[in-house]
Amino acid sequence: MASEPETKKTDFWRALWRSIGVPLGAIVLALLIGAVILLISGANPLLAYSALFQGAFGGASQISRTLEKATPLIFNGLAISLAFKAGMFNIGAQGQLVFGAIIAAFIGFAVKGLPWFVHAPLALICGAIAGALYGSIPGMLKAFTGASEVITTIMLNYVALNMTDWLVGGPWQDKTTEILLPRTPEILETARLDQGRLITSGLIFVILSLYLALMVYLFVKSHKKIRMAGKTTREFFTANLGSLLVALIPVILVGLYLLDLLQVGFLIAVGGAFFIWWLLERTTLGFEIRTVGANSNAARYAGINVALIMILTMVISGLLAGLGGAVETTGVDGRFEPAFNVGLGFDGITISLLGKTHPLGNIPAAILIGSMKAGSNTMQFEAGVPKEIVDVVQALMLFFVAADMIVRYVLRIKGKEEKVSLTSGWGQH
Amino acid sequence: MNQVPVLEVRHVSKQFPGVLANDDINFSLNKGEIHAILGENGAGKSTLLNIIYGLYKADQGEILVDGQPIELSNTQDAIRHGIGMVHQHFMLVPVFTVTENIVLGSEVTRNGMLNMKEARQKVTELSKRFGLEVDPDALIEEIPVGVQQRVEILKALYRDAKILFLDEPTAVLTPQEVGDLFKVIEQLRERGVSIIFISHKLKEVLAISDKITVMRRGKVVGSTTPREANERILAEMMVGRDVILTVDKEPARPAEKVLEVKDLTVFSDQKHKAVDHVSFDIRAGEILGIAGVQGNGQSEFVEALSGLRDAAEGEMILNGQRMPFKHPRALVEHAVSHVPEDRQKHGLVLSYSLIDNMVLCTYYQPPFAKGFNRQNDAMRENAERLIKQFDVRTPNADVKASTLSGGNQQKVIVARELSRPVKLLIVNQPTRGLDVGSIEYIHSQIVKIRDEGAAVLLVSAELDEIMSLSDRISVMYHGELVATMDVKEATREKLGLLMAGVTPD
Repeated sequence: MASEPETKKTDFWRALWRSIGVPLGAIVLALLIGAVILLISGANPLLAYSALFQGAFGGASQISRTLEKATPLIFNGLAISLAFKAGMFNIGAQGQLVFGAIIAAFIGFAVKGLPWFVHAPLALICGAIAGALYGSIPGMLKAFTGASEVITTIMLNYVALNMTDWLVGGPWQDKTTEILLPRTPEILETARLDQGRLITSGLIFVILSLYLALMVYLFVKSHKKIRMAGKTTREFFTANLGSLLVALIPVILVGLYLLDLLQVGFLIAVGGAFFIWWLLERTTLGFEIRTVGANSNAARYAGINVALIMILTMVISGLLAGLGGAVETTGVDGRFEPAFNVGLGFDGITISLLGKTHPLGNIPAAILIGSMKAGSNTMQFEAGVPKEIVDVVQALMLFFVAADMIVRYVLRIKGKEEKVSLTSGWGQH
Repeated sequence: MNQVPVLEVRHVSKQFPGVLANDDINFSLNKGEIHAILGENGAGKSTLLNIIYGLYKADQGEILVDGQPIELSNTQDAIRHGIGMVHQHFMLVPVFTVTENIVLGSEVTRNGMLNMKEARQKVTELSKRFGLEVDPDALIEEIPVGVQQRVEILKALYRDAKILFLDEPTAVLTPQEVGDLFKVIEQLRERGVSIIFISHKLKEVLAISDKITVMRRGKVVGSTTPREANERILAEMMVGRDVILTVDKEPARPAEKVLEVKDLTVFSDQKHKAVDHVSFDIRAGEILGIAGVQGNGQSEFVEALSGLRDAAEGEMILNGQRMPFKHPRALVEHAVSHVPEDRQKHGLVLSYSLIDNMVLCTYYQPPFAKGFNRQNDAMRENAERLIKQFDVRTPNADVKASTLSGGNQQKVIVARELSRPVKLLIVNQPTRGLDVGSIEYIHSQIVKIRDEGAAVLLVSAELDEIMSLSDRISVMYHGELVATMDVKEATREKLGLLMAGVTPD
């Protein structure tokens, strides 16, 4: 009995290594090959990478910019991860995001006279709903006709692209400037996410205090229980270290917010990741989603309405992507302009896979890709390396995560762990 | 004259986790012979075939072609030794022509370029030589299934197959096409091709083969010829005459009617009428066994009753209440439990822990969920209790279902299905592929739930199982329940005849 905690501990590290070994290996291999490419093109990889790092994490404003870049990526990674869990490949996150972004912009510039605490949430909610509705289309097509969501979402991306192009060039075009640009007018101040910073800060401060009080209460309560079971305080701490750290994450985040290092959008994104994690792991709906993805025949046997779950999954997935677009519009861009959002939905695929489709894994993955986006300008400026090299490295990461056998071989990661079923349903209909 | 067999299998054994799929198989095929291998699903026919075709490696034993031992590490080796396989599910490219499909993989080339003209000529020649009529330019997707099968046969012959395996070749054919296929098979025999014909259909086997080998539970139980055998003898050999299992049970005390089914008609995936106006009832405290040779509609029958398949006609009345079809959850909520035929397809989510699998159908009910929230402690407690109670051999409740042996996987399903109040238990092939210990345990649980007052519908192709467990027995043949009798009136001979479609008048 005495050795049990120790074996548990090594088991824990082994499990951790098994689950994050491949993504970490993929990142390192991608950076190494990126370095070789830099060498061949005559640049100094060390200089380039250090400039990249400087540009991403070198100071308060850089970190702030990295987290800003990471925000929509978290949403899209989540959208794609959730669909994966139900055995679906939502390539349409891009289209859902674009709709979310433009609807949020529309609410932002067209609805007038609302106070900020109504206007900004309204813009977000409408953007999210737009994404959800758009996501429901491939969900219904899949559930009722068996049409592959891979194909329909790709096509719906084009529909979204052209629809928004038409909107920003026509009915919703910004007519305030002399030269007409394909973009919407700027959203009102009241729709911007960081309005009333002082008030939200105060509000958050109150919530934070309540949160801490709750944590302390729970802590003391379970501590008492443990003490009654005859264990020492020390044992209690070692056993609960993980949950303690998790409990501290919100405190750290809010601290960063109060220090003006991150935006409200990032907080919403992280909250969304925790929500999706909770949904998948702790709720009956999550169980239904995972069962449909893991074995749809058994799901039918268990009395789960597979068609409904597929639609619902795509609705939530679209909602997340749409929310990502809305946050981007109201928190960063201030208007909808097609060029702003290019490729964000597709980056979501990379992030989801780097995070091994785990909702919380999306956060570090998004910060990584966000940092590369944020730092690439500095790299171009200081090391004279074209910033497209960042795209190459990102593509290599995706390549190595997908071709995980290579990474496994290089790192000698033993054992077959759970493969994400990316291909369920492909070619079966 | 003592002829050397073209193919000989000596002492071949193959072990899968939890199942001995082939147990010391000996078998030989003479030149120009049509040799049928007869057996239920799961008897080990396909495993044997896959070993000879190089898809599986045998644990023991050797395979000889023309008296020479051969080494098989993949299908290319088998093809090189003149072995060809026609799979049950065709391996054809629908949008390619007949010629393209036949030459695919060993194309005729000239200077590295495809020479389709010569290929076409070769195919035409081949089809003439063996009397297999096909249009070499037709697209696969546009020709009927029977002709597609001919293309599969030509594909094997094109690769100089001297030994041809036909795996359940009639399963997908209409009766008319079956007749055509038999003509083709006879023509092939005349031209010296030796054929292994896998089937579980007695009539066909008697009609076409020169020799019949019967397999059961991974063993060869005997060989015979159509002259010596008849359908009854074959049926008996297939389902076994040796009573290896006896179940201790009290006589049934049937009480009120639990399930009443009227005029149930169900269609198969191929839109054939699989179940044809079946009516029956089961009372509380009795086991109704459905006997029958596999493929007579039992799967569709159970799927309809367990909510997995829609019924075309008929009604299902449970405790006086009419139940909807295709609504598994309604059945769960009316105390119907179902141990499905395919435990890995329907019964379990292999990537889930036992904790999750043990609540697969009731995950949303208290105490496993409060509203939206799943209750981990309650689910864990449930799994640990059931593992203990049903003697599931597992390190703990957290392991994935995929890590368990077949017997223990089945115990997980049985435990789950019996862990809630049961008024009707539907079990289909509950012990297929299991070891004797697990079989005994599962049998005793079925009897126990009967004694506790549940009605049990047992569907099995194992005659032993049916006879030792049931209180009443119905025989299913071609989608109909052709007879129902008390177990005391049932004899092996009587059931065997009924299963073969011979109705006493």
